[in-house]
Amino acid sequence: MSELDRTHERAPAPAPSDWTYAPAPEGRDIVTLDERYGLFVGGEWLEPRSGEHYATISPATEEPLAEIAQAGAEDVDLAVQAARDAFENGWSAISPSERSKYLFRIARILQERSREFAVLESLNGGKPIRESRDVDLPLAAAHFFYYAGWADKLEYAFPNRRPRPVGVAGQIIPWNFPLLMLAWKIAPALAAGNTVVLKPAETTPLSALLFCDVLRQAELPPGVVNIVTGDGRTGAELVKHEDVDKIAFTGSTEVGKAIQRELAGTGKKLTLELGGKAANVIFDDAALDQAVEGIVNGIYFNQGHVCCAGSRLLVQESIYEPLVAKLKRRLATLRVGDPLDKNTDVGAINSRMQLEKIQELVASGEEEGAEIYQPPCRLPEKGYFFAPTVFTNVAQSYRIAQEEIFGPVLSVLTFRTPDEAVEKANNTAYGLSAGVWTEKGSRILWMAQRLRAGVVWANTYNRFDPTAPFGGYKESGFGREGGLHGLEPYLDFDGAETFGG
Amino acid sequence: MSDRLPVKKTYKLFIGGAFPRSESGRTYEAQGQNVARASRKDARDAVKAARGAFPKWAAMTAYNRGQVLYRVAEMLEARADDLARLCSGRAEVERSIDRVVWYAGWADKLAQVIGGSNPVAGPYFNFTVPEPTGVVAVLAPDEPPLAGLVTRLAPVLVGGNAAVVVASETQPLAAIELAEVLATSDVPGGVVNVLTGRRAELAPVLAAHMDVNAIDITAADGLAPELERAAAENVKRVVRGRPDAQSPWEIASFLELKTVWHPIGV
Repeated sequence: MSELDRTHERAPAPAPSDWTYAPAPEGRDIVTLDERYGLFVGGEWLEPRSGEHYATISPATEEPLAEIAQAGAEDVDLAVQAARDAFENGWSAISPSERSKYLFRIARILQERSREFAVLESLNGGKPIRESRDVDLPLAAAHFFYYAGWADKLEYAFPNRRPRPVGVAGQIIPWNFPLLMLAWKIAPALAAGNTVVLKPAETTPLSALLFCDVLRQAELPPGVVNIVTGDGRTGAELVKHEDVDKIAFTGSTEVGKAIQRELAGTGKKLTLELGGKAANVIFDDAALDQAVEGIVNGIYFNQGHVCCAGSRLLVQESIYEPLVAKLKRRLATLRVGDPLDKNTDVGAINSRMQLEKIQELVASGEEEGAEIYQPPCRLPEKGYFFAPTVFTNVAQSYRIAQEEIFGPVLSVLTFRTPDEAVEKANNTAYGLSAGVWTEKGSRILWMAQRLRAGVVWANTYNRFDPTAPFGGYKESGFGREGGLHGLEPYLDFDGAETFGG
Repeated sequence: MSDRLPVKKTYKLFIGGAFPRSESGRTYEAQGQNVARASRKDARDAVKAARGAFPKWAAMTAYNRGQVLYRVAEMLEARADDLARLCSGRAEVERSIDRVVWYAGWADKLAQVIGGSNPVAGPYFNFTVPEPTGVVAVLAPDEPPLAGLVTRLAPVLVGGNAAVVVASETQPLAAIELAEVLATSDVPGGVVNVLTGRRAELAPVLAAHMDVNAIDITAADGLAPELERAAAENVKRVVRGRPDAQSPWEIASFLELKTVWHPIGV
């Protein structure tokens, strides 16, 4: 053993508070913003008929970035008309292999302009540049690349079913992964031959608006993709528009239920990707240091603004103390602050509204009797920030164990037996995702079979890939995004598959 | 001609493997018989029985579930004459039996046709498997009373779900006869529960029930919008199938997809 190794072994690691970082800000110059944006309809920028605009800000500094159009009923109608025109007059008649090539072009342009998009995403949404650069952008491009290849192979994906496009898809996406969610929605819809009206989230419209420039560069025919910005009212107009054939929504369970009710009896197709309260289950034989990294990635990735976040930690009792000690120590090393700093681990909370919701739920956790831990960290004075938080001594009935917080807040519960772990993990109305950490292979598969969730991460967490279907059980929604299954909601099938009878 | 008085059957509900009368004590007359008219409470009891039976049925091996369903076809064949008198006739019974056999054969093929492994861009093994959605409410059409029910029920069962069925309102006897077949087959009690009575009274209870995961409204007719609205309360899967379809995609409507990730490493 070398001298260095021995020293390393003996000397305690420096306390986290001793660590100092020099700021490493990513340049903002790569992004050029307009002062004011219109609506992208029929390949052109239109002033909203509603006449209304609102300011979009950087949640890290509260500085206004641009004026965004608030689309009203008439604007949504124009966008749907443009999508219908494009669908009837060209897009559905274009050969699938040509359609495929448009999507490949979009994927490539996103790769080329990925830094620009990453900076914009962090600026408008508050997420760390490390994540927007290394996760959101590569995955968004990959989604287009993956679905591009499907466009001219649909009859192989659905043999004997004669797949055909649905028509006009209305898509409503959330603010946590603005461009990535856009890619998850638009790529399969176009590959299947549909046209689209997409509404980005109220607080994060900028990457969707910049995406319109990608469409221009790709020379996508006008009207195939239309972007209407605005708040929930715009989304509601899109949902109830009679000429929309299919609605895809990602967002809260509450709004998802309202959409399902609104569409009752209309015969429109619907897919919902809603909330979650995922259990991340740690068995006593798990590799603890790896598990701690997985826990941190599970709940503090993207400030916990992740529908599949591992927000309920279920720890086997025998390792509860060492694991929580390691976790708290690791928490103290997280850098909270400027999203555009390349060292930042936890960026800004997306909006004041979301910050207040997190604060309210955290207060409820303390009131109900849970024990709170937050590492010592200085939060920036301006902007919306919340320190990474761990609650221990949490009962299953507490709101922080039942409700989706959508913030960097972890609730720790314990279990003794695998059966108890399964029961507690499934004790929720949600069913989007779950995690399991154990070195025992047979136990992984045993758990994976019993966890009622659409995605199970074993000895890892928060991994995504365009080839891997993603979506929920129970009140986390229905329908899948990603993979071959992600095409299905955007296709109609005729009776060809019905035989016998 | 003997002057022996035949022993007539009492047509009751089928809940949790037993044949209770409606707790409400009500009956209605259909096909010349008094038939139990299930209440809301009976519907809730049926959901509870289905929920209790679901885990075991879902955990059964696909091979085993296929054999159990095939056994149902065998038992139907044995009662073909009885069934024929309660529906449109022999042809409908034969069509129903063949459909059960067809679906029985799907049990151990679904995972390969509907699931698969996913070539993710990273050192992970990733696969997607279909799983049953849970408790499914099935509204049988009025006609054909047997084949209509079997067409909607068989795809629900083969995927591993437990079902609460509302039988044909006008011709409920074939459904009860089917229940008797199921009761003497190897289908565990509670996996299929059959309610007879007023569809308009029972369907809304099932559509709004928080422990029902999916509802098949193929035969809901004018009730559909109301049922769909109620179904939103717990984000139910609402299935509008084809009345006479026979296809694996009918099964897929009642399946969830689970994607599992694991790192690859030494």
